Amino acid sequence: MTAVVEALDVWRSYPLDGVEVHALRGVSFTIRRGEYVAIAGPSGSGKSTLLHLLGALDRPTTGVVRFDGRDLDDLGDGELAALRNQRVGFVFQSFHLLPRLTALGNVALPLVYRGVPRRERLERAAGALAAVGLADRTTHRPNQLSGGQQQRVAMARAIVGDPQLILADEPTGNLDTTTGDEVMGMLRALHEERGTTLVVVTHEARIAARADRRIQVVDGRVEEAP
Amino acid sequence: MKLGEAARVALEAIRANRLRSGLTTLGVVIGVLAVILLVAIGQGAREEITATIEDLGSNLLLVFPGQADLGQAPTRSRFTLRDVEEVGRELGDPGRVAADLVSGEVVRARNASAFVSVLGVTRTFPNVVTRRVERGDHFSASDVATGRRVAVLGASVADELFPGRDPMGATLTIAGLRFRVTGVLERVGASFGPDRDAQVLVPITAAQRLFRDSRVDAIFVRARTTDSIEQDASRVRTVLSRRFRADEFSILTQQDLIGVAGRVLQLLTLVLAAIAGISLLVGGVGVSNIMLVSVSERTREIGLRKALGARTRDITLQFLLEAVVLTGAGGFVGILSGTALAVMADRFSPLPAVVTGWSVTLAVTVSVAVGVLFGVWPAWRAGRLDPVAALRHE
Repeated sequence: MTAVVEALDVWRSYPLDGVEVHALRGVSFTIRRGEYVAIAGPSGSGKSTLLHLLGALDRPTTGVVRFDGRDLDDLGDGELAALRNQRVGFVFQSFHLLPRLTALGNVALPLVYRGVPRRERLERAAGALAAVGLADRTTHRPNQLSGGQQQRVAMARAIVGDPQLILADEPTGNLDTTTGDEVMGMLRALHEERGTTLVVVTHEARIAARADRRIQVVDGRVEEAP
Repeated sequence: MKLGEAARVALEAIRANRLRSGLTTLGVVIGVLAVILLVAIGQGAREEITATIEDLGSNLLLVFPGQADLGQAPTRSRFTLRDVEEVGRELGDPGRVAADLVSGEVVRARNASAFVSVLGVTRTFPNVVTRRVERGDHFSASDVATGRRVAVLGASVADELFPGRDPMGATLTIAGLRFRVTGVLERVGASFGPDRDAQVLVPITAAQRLFRDSRVDAIFVRARTTDSIEQDASRVRTVLSRRFRADEFSILTQQDLIGVAGRVLQLLTLVLAAIAGISLLVGGVGVSNIMLVSVSERTREIGLRKALGARTRDITLQFLLEAVVLTGAGGFVGILSGTALAVMADRFSPLPAVVTGWSVTLAVTVSVAVGVLFGVWPAWRAGRLDPVAALRHE
């Protein structure tokens, strides 16, 4: 199977109050096409930093991150933006929906930056909302939706552009257990139906256990579980 | 992202914050309004004064002591009635030559009093400077010859000193001396410059006696035709040169006066525009301020948009357009309200106001420039935000 993302001896350091903090200390692993991988670890272990690097939101201090075989270091701002826009779908712990837009508007947002005409955008957004079971909530604003519904809108936004890779950062962190399970079930369904590669970052062993493979991060290093 | 798309996103954000957007725009509205209104008033003053000078007639020559120049201290006149007579003799028609002697005085009649310009004038004065005596008569030759204490009142002086009474034949006192009213001048009406309705004309000989001074402040010559102005001017110069150095007097035509007044008023208009420009600048700083607040408030939104594929320049463009839309709208409303106020001021207040094309163009250009100028920095900061830090922002 071909690699979607590869990390090769990745270090990420940043200054915090004048002290150099090493969030990642030489991390290497590969995520292959069609996989469902959990990146697990306690808070502060560097797993979110890792997710940002995989999603081309950040660059490593040293080491190489390859996306589809291309070194992210070789890409400029515009190319990174295009990569995030077309290849990656993000799902965040706190949903990150724009309060002034409807569910439909929020889901259509990535397509705005792809230059898709407005009508087609709205059609595709409606399709994505239907895929997460929110066909009847298109005109609602985020504050009119429950937490679980908001996260489903965020998932629709992640898949609307048909990305190769969905990166979910603690997707159940702001939800109760039942709703969280529903969201995880839906993520798995999207992964299976569409063949999208899925990476979930979580500190909950229970959530991590649902994945096909687990990458354990402790103190900025990887301990891969079987 | 296409420009139209970016504009739509900017409008969404503006609509989401209606009150704040409105107040920010208000700063620009006031600035643009001030520019248009004040320039209109300056321009109105200029046109009115020009019209007032034109009323003097285009074939009038004015002879002043000293150099008629901006910033020159007034020169004490050394002209006397003898010079006036000699000019009349030289031109072969004393009826075309007049002179005055001016002093600000308090005049009283019964209980009323007013501070007015008392003009000691020759008998020829109304004809030469085209003032019409509406009621009664101007002084006779013998009034002037003997320095009789008679007075012709400007229209507003007559109103003020003799409210509801007929001033004809009544008496008033100037500097404690009694004068009899023989006539009232036709109303001129003017908002700028000396109020020519607040004048009292007395025989120049009486004025000289009253002020214990034999000087003449100015000599007026009416040329027969506009074409003979230059010829008359050179003859007047010849006569006066016998007694005075060339720099001791100056001869001005109506065009000269319009030129001098025009320069003064152009300056006034520019000063008004500059003051108004400052308020526009303050409006611009307000836009900049609000944009900075908006960027920091929407840090998470910026992080999200970047995560979803917005490039640095998409974000910058979005915020820049927001600033430009805010100031552009402010400029538009400012032009409408400024023009409306100028028209109202012109119609319902004594201030004349004329909206000029250049002030509108200037206001539009400056307000959009302000938007770009004061929007660029916040927008640039927005575009450069690190998406990871922005997403974590609380």
